[in-house]
Amino acid sequence: MENLLSITTFIPAIAAFILAVFLRGEDEMAQRNAKWVALIATGLTFLVSLFILFDFDPNNTGFQFVEEREWLLGLQYKMGVDGISVLFVMLTTFMMPITIAASWNVTHRVKEYMIAFLLLETLMLGVFMALDLVLFYLFFEAGLIPMFLIIGIWGGKERIYASFKFFLYTFLGSVLMLVAMVAMFAEAGTTDIPTLMTHAFGSEDFYVLGVQIVGGMQTLLFIAFFASFAVKMPMWPVHTWLPDAHVQAPTAGSVVLAAILLKMGGYGFLRFSLPMFPVGSEVLTPLVLWMSAIAIVYTSLVALAQEDMKKLIAYSSVAHMGYVTMGIFAANQQGIDGAIFQMLSHGFISGALFLCVGVIYDRMHTREIDAYGGLVNRMPAYALIFMLFTMANVGLPGTSGFIGEFLTLVGIFKVNTWVALVATSGVILSAAYALWLYRRVVLGDLIKESLKSIKDMTRREKAIFAPLVVMTLLLGVYPSLVTDIIGPSVEALISNYETALVDAESATKLAAATE
Amino acid sequence: MEQIILFGPLLGAIIAGFGWRIIGDAGAQWVTTGLLFLSALLSWIVFFSFDGTTQYIHILDWIQSGDLDVAWSIRLDRLTAIMLIVITSVSALVHLYSMGYMAHDENFRDDESYRPRFFAYLSLFTFAMLMLVTADNLAQMFFGWEGVGLASYLLIGFYFRKPSANAAAIKAFVVNRVGDFGFALGIFALFFLTGSINFDDVFAAAPELANTQLTFLWTDWNAANLIAFLLFVGAMGKSAQLFLHTWLPDAMEGPTPVSALIHAATMVTAGVFLVCRMSPLMEFAPGALAFVTVIGGMTAFFAATVGLVQNDIKRVIAYSTCSQLGYMFVAAGVGAYSVAMFHLFTHAFFKAMLFLGAGSVIHGMHHEQDMRNYGGLRKKFPYTFWAMLIGTLAITGVGIPLTGWIGFAGFASKDAVIESAYAGTAGGFAFWALVIAALFTSFYSWRLMFLTFWGEPRGDKHTHEHAHESPNVMLIPLGVLAIGAVFAGAIWYGSFFGKTNEVVKFFGGEYGEPSAELVEAVAERSPKASELHYVMESEPGEAAIYIAPENTVLHEAHYVPTWVKLSPFIAMVIGFATAFWFYILNPSIPGRLAENQRPLYLFLLNKWYFDEIYDFVFVRPSKRLGGFLWKKGDGNVIDGTINGVAMGIVPFFTRLAGKAQSGYIFTYAFAMVIGIAVLVTWMSLSGGAN
Repeated sequence: MENLLSITTFIPAIAAFILAVFLRGEDEMAQRNAKWVALIATGLTFLVSLFILFDFDPNNTGFQFVEEREWLLGLQYKMGVDGISVLFVMLTTFMMPITIAASWNVTHRVKEYMIAFLLLETLMLGVFMALDLVLFYLFFEAGLIPMFLIIGIWGGKERIYASFKFFLYTFLGSVLMLVAMVAMFAEAGTTDIPTLMTHAFGSEDFYVLGVQIVGGMQTLLFIAFFASFAVKMPMWPVHTWLPDAHVQAPTAGSVVLAAILLKMGGYGFLRFSLPMFPVGSEVLTPLVLWMSAIAIVYTSLVALAQEDMKKLIAYSSVAHMGYVTMGIFAANQQGIDGAIFQMLSHGFISGALFLCVGVIYDRMHTREIDAYGGLVNRMPAYALIFMLFTMANVGLPGTSGFIGEFLTLVGIFKVNTWVALVATSGVILSAAYALWLYRRVVLGDLIKESLKSIKDMTRREKAIFAPLVVMTLLLGVYPSLVTDIIGPSVEALISNYETALVDAESATKLAAATE
Repeated sequence: MEQIILFGPLLGAIIAGFGWRIIGDAGAQWVTTGLLFLSALLSWIVFFSFDGTTQYIHILDWIQSGDLDVAWSIRLDRLTAIMLIVITSVSALVHLYSMGYMAHDENFRDDESYRPRFFAYLSLFTFAMLMLVTADNLAQMFFGWEGVGLASYLLIGFYFRKPSANAAAIKAFVVNRVGDFGFALGIFALFFLTGSINFDDVFAAAPELANTQLTFLWTDWNAANLIAFLLFVGAMGKSAQLFLHTWLPDAMEGPTPVSALIHAATMVTAGVFLVCRMSPLMEFAPGALAFVTVIGGMTAFFAATVGLVQNDIKRVIAYSTCSQLGYMFVAAGVGAYSVAMFHLFTHAFFKAMLFLGAGSVIHGMHHEQDMRNYGGLRKKFPYTFWAMLIGTLAITGVGIPLTGWIGFAGFASKDAVIESAYAGTAGGFAFWALVIAALFTSFYSWRLMFLTFWGEPRGDKHTHEHAHESPNVMLIPLGVLAIGAVFAGAIWYGSFFGKTNEVVKFFGGEYGEPSAELVEAVAERSPKASELHYVMESEPGEAAIYIAPENTVLHEAHYVPTWVKLSPFIAMVIGFATAFWFYILNPSIPGRLAENQRPLYLFLLNKWYFDEIYDFVFVRPSKRLGGFLWKKGDGNVIDGTINGVAMGIVPFFTRLAGKAQSGYIFTYAFAMVIGIAVLVTWMSLSGGAN
């Protein structure tokens, strides 16, 4: 199939369209139809995306399944995947049916809810496949609108504040990124991403208001993109929107946010920052590494102090994303392999943890840790699953969480032992906050009157967790499933990065010599 | 066969954990126990049929990323073979014992099925421990290392309704993570320098590491020393060495069979195993080895002092374990790896037995653990008494002095450790620490015996009247372990602590003639040991342990002065005599002594105040810092700044966007449209794409 990527991307949008146009009424029947349409559409998307995975050739480090078409105003519509993006596509299509299934209890404006999620899926897939700057920007920014709506309409009490904060953060980053894109187009004369990846942007130092900009143009472009991606990750210190957004978002919203949306930042670093601005990346690497290391320790400590389950897991997410940025900017095979692995693994694990919160939130309507305690007495299956993902979250070997942490740390140790030391101390803190949470919620005697009649997980709930359990363990035991696919592309990325750095250096020397 | 040994327990854990509803409580117990006995049987077959050549069995690729290539695999050499029999034998016996011990438990309601869960955890632990010792690379070892940590966490917190058990479980996991932090950094450093974390590659690179400088943090370090030190930090956590020991006594919150298996015989010895496994590296890291020796000596002494005054029977044995682990580290630290393994091996038998014996008493006394409420239990527990007596004779090191091996298991191995310590440190700190610790060991072990089995019954009369000997299913394991506690030392004395050639051969290495200068140097250092015939000739990594040719401690340990050889025996007698005087002849002395020396007594009773200090220095500040960063850092500084900026920008845009209800979303959509418009306009003006 020639249009495999487009088909995959737009199945959910078509389903959303069908829902919007043909589904009428607010009765139970209509609600059920909306849910089923969404579930079938996301399931179908996943099945179709499997063709991408099976036909993907890992040893071809270029873009595959490329589609190119003329579009409005002389813009081009160009899609394609390589070893770096293909698994994010798979992560998205894999998580969406789970998300829809986890929303089965939604009763408020079900049709609109499903439309929002379906559109969101299309836009997220577009982000990971777009090979044109404008197209990417469109998907990247538009994807936030359904997320705003999900938080703003189906969220908790403080949803307006949360979406406001979310908006402010992303807005600043977006403006800068937009400016950078304009500048890139002005210099390179194209918006084609593969071409831009081979374009050497200027890297001679220059002065702005008397301040020397090391790495010149590239550094400025890097910073502009960084502003956007760092917020998305999110990196310390621009992470404070995430806990609020998570707390206010409905369960499914949190799952998508943690599992997929956060990965756009990491993906952006790999698609834009390293390949297009190698000199800028190198100049600012120490800053990024330290921001990552601080994020790991800082947010882990903050997680220790949380009283709200979702906030705790949100802070834990920020810490885990710290490993990702650290691995990416270690800029070696283990670091980047580990970073991508960590992003995928975090998708499953954090998604599952938010679902765990959702399970008891559905029953008790509170996220307050102190409202629980002793759940194991009545919910043994829940206790087991929560234990598994708690352990995965602290990076126990045998789960996918370990591989990502281990590889990124191996990678960073080669580059900077101080950062490695600080980041490794995160394994102590993560154990502390995760087990402390588990103890307060699940262990102990069941004393609270309100919990005495709580029910264990239903079959539907168990079925939602099953694929996540399988992936977490499978990737922990046999991570080659992932590393075989991403390895060659990452290798090519690194060798291009290093070549570009050498070229830039010799160009600078040449320029200096001719003067 | 090795695969069955390894995966049998995992299979058992899965069947018991998930299939107990089908096969029932009893079925789950029999399946796990049966598979463990099968593993144990096969392990002994492997042990006896093992010819000394290292075998490799590839199971599955694991982590592959660039140069990093590690696989799930089995490395079978002498060290593995020894650990296999220790782990599977003790585990099988503990499984059997648990059938009796866990038959009734007042922590659970009658209708609760807690036994399958217990047996599944035990088997899971065994699997993780086996993965640890069969690993052929540091990553798989780390898997086992953390896996046993998980099992330990689950089993310490087995009584999940007890807050103290839950707290102890978290403490065990987190303190171990502190050690793992060092272990992990060691692995990273090894990979950085050698490009591999597979044992053979690492060992082959060890001599070179000794001549490599590694920039770590603020300065350059000798690579071998630094890596060995970092790995040892991991060992300190797992093996509860001083400063990272605080979790072990608390771990006694778990059911007693757990204490016997995990917190005495197997898991806590993983650190010793790690140091011995890494002997090819350790031999090139003299600085790290010195550190190992000092920490081992300090731990042996520290834990023994605390053990003197504890009243909880399990805590006494826990501190005893901690102290004995110190012995093993001293032996490893002076370069006598085989001796460390020897003590690990014998200790597994007698310490498991002491714990199971204590468990038998606790079981029969309705979960009373305070020895002040025991007394005169000899007649109520005749078999347990004999088992405990044998265990005590073994741990205190009773034997015929100067013969070396005629005596209980602990006699042979502990004397070997002390003699090696003397030879290795030239009679330095570690040696004296161990001798004094031997005295204390004897005292607290006999104190335990006298308080429990002799004298008049104390405490609740009702409990004493209903005290009963345990069922056979618990006594049989005691009997089997007793055989080990009596004979293990004598039988394997030669293999672990014989002549250098014997030991080298046992561990699968080649021996050869020493150089003339070496003979001279040894003769000069200790004239009695002048007849040095053999040294190890294998390259690092070729044999299960590596003994550098210049390392003659094993040889010299046999020629220490007579008073040194007698010292542990004398210490043992003094300890026994004092305990006899304090608790049989004149039982009022301990109370008066505690009164007179109150500060010292409290200092020991409160375990040198380590918990209080750590709580003050680490735990509370972390929580406070977390709260501070949250409220002030995230709240005031970051959000404060952002809100400040926002007040400037937002009104501007909301004005533009009109007074829509949910203004921000519209604002956003609007801003984005403007953004696209700007981009498109710009591109159209400059002539379109391309």
